[in-house]
Amino acid sequence: MLAYVVRRVIATVPVMAVVAFFVFSLLYIAPGDPAAVIAGDQATPADVERIRQSLGLDRPFLIRFGEWVWQILHGDLGTSIFTNLPVTAMMAQRFEPTLSLMVITLTFAVGVAVPIGVLAAWKAGTWIDRVIMAFAIFGFSVPVFVIAYLLAFVFALELEWLPVQGYTPLAEGIWPWFENLILPAIALGCVYIALIARTTRAAMLEVLQQDYIRTARAKGIGQGGILFVHALKNASVPIVTVIGIGVALLIGGAVVTESVFAIPGLGRLTVDAILRRDYPLIQGLVLLFSFVYVLVNLLVDLSYTLLDPRIRY
Amino acid sequence: MTSAPPGIAVAPELPELLPAVNFGRGAVGFLRRHPAVAVGGTLLLFMLLIAVFAPYLGTVDPTALATARRTRPPSAEHWFGTDMLGRDLYSRVIYGARVSLLVGFSVAAFASVIGLAIGLVAGFVRWADAVLMRVMDGLMSIPPILLAVALMALTRGSVGNVILAITIAEIPRVSRLVRSVVLSLREQPYVDAAVAAGTRTPMIILRHILPNTIAPMTVQATYICASAMIIEAILSFIGAGTPPITPSWGNIMAEGRALWQVKPFIVFFPAVFLSLTVLSVNLLGDGWRDALDPRMAKGL
Repeated sequence: MLAYVVRRVIATVPVMAVVAFFVFSLLYIAPGDPAAVIAGDQATPADVERIRQSLGLDRPFLIRFGEWVWQILHGDLGTSIFTNLPVTAMMAQRFEPTLSLMVITLTFAVGVAVPIGVLAAWKAGTWIDRVIMAFAIFGFSVPVFVIAYLLAFVFALELEWLPVQGYTPLAEGIWPWFENLILPAIALGCVYIALIARTTRAAMLEVLQQDYIRTARAKGIGQGGILFVHALKNASVPIVTVIGIGVALLIGGAVVTESVFAIPGLGRLTVDAILRRDYPLIQGLVLLFSFVYVLVNLLVDLSYTLLDPRIRY
Repeated sequence: MTSAPPGIAVAPELPELLPAVNFGRGAVGFLRRHPAVAVGGTLLLFMLLIAVFAPYLGTVDPTALATARRTRPPSAEHWFGTDMLGRDLYSRVIYGARVSLLVGFSVAAFASVIGLAIGLVAGFVRWADAVLMRVMDGLMSIPPILLAVALMALTRGSVGNVILAITIAEIPRVSRLVRSVVLSLREQPYVDAAVAAGTRTPMIILRHILPNTIAPMTVQATYICASAMIIEAILSFIGAGTPPITPSWGNIMAEGRALWQVKPFIVFFPAVFLSLTVLSVNLLGDGWRDALDPRMAKGL
């Protein structure tokens, strides 16, 4: 088991290396010459060349890549072109809203998707199943910002049940914090729920045909026990896998959701960075999001042995 | 085909991986058995016709400014109202179908062809497999929207660049799929037989592997098309997509953003068209997948 964990952790290194290489290339081929910008308008070509040398911009691509990776491993993601603040500090400021949104969305989505997926599999072929699957295909088709506007229009503008926009830090109370995140979490969760519900249904249908389910039924175990204990446990590996893969949807969706609901998180920061062409910040954000995504999927991989004791490494 | 020696030179009708699509009793029978294809196909055809015949559908120049008539609500003259610059929203939404479908179809086509090539090479060339799949794993660990957004930061916003950025973001998934199909096809007896008969590798790929990867690829292509249309709208919405002058659904919604609380119709119409178009492609994809694989129809 420990050997497996170590092997899996090591396997993420080449993946992150490819991500890092891509992200570094992004800055390398980005338009604009940093040396010329620093030198200013009055500089002669010789001045620009001198600054380029002092910044080390004249050295080969791979050496600069190596030094950049070395910096990152020491927690230095560079300085924002726009604000002159360290990228890490800017990201740290925006971390709480995004983490809050992600955690609430994840909890809510899994809490809704798994039961309705189980229900669809149990009632397969009936109108209940059809309604749930129809909802799933709508969830895939209606873009996150459309759902976001629809929810905000109905529940915030018309009914005035919830705030339209904004974010309140957790430190200022749990309800104000939660209240602001309900609509964004539902909007962001829709496509994720669709994905998980579909996979849950498929995995459950597979398991419900197994012999041990018939045995459990013959022993007189109730429907609930069969569905949620015997079947769901055995269907959990594909479900957990898709929960992990779907985090990519959450990250992409957060960029949009935070813009619609004016939440000052990392997604909003990403949009600002793109619009200002703040390349060091873009690099840092892509690296961070990808790192989180890889980490989540690593944890998913490691959870297989806990979920299914038959899986041994 | 039954007269040929088994497994040599030509593949049997279709391998067990892909049961034959039953077109029995013609197209009508097929559509009746797969209502999702019928509904999705009709809806998509409708959108395609709108896109093609946009100039003849009572539209005016979608970029024509009329600052005297800004943000008018829907009326007999302006069916969907006008935007902040007085442009006719009906015309902009109708012309927007062109951008969305162009991006969706182009990305599906390019990502499929390039992903197919990468998948085939990875499936057949051992040393290339390791390198290519590491690169694909790396690209896949960057969430697709983020990858497309980062690429758009490098270039000026244009429809071509949007297509390029989304294509790059979608390629890893196609090549992974093709590779896995190729690896399982390589285990098929008729491929072994072709190898034993001395068929050259390019010929094996062309005659035995390629035809059998097309079907699962077409299903994948529909999903890519749907995903590309959503990503295009998101890119334009956050201001990193097509230039604002282009009448794309994402752009119209981005412009309506500031006013959505007082003039919700600006956001409403493009949102409905975008959702319906993506829905049509998804329905088509689901129905087509079920038609190709009846086992999936019962299961997934």
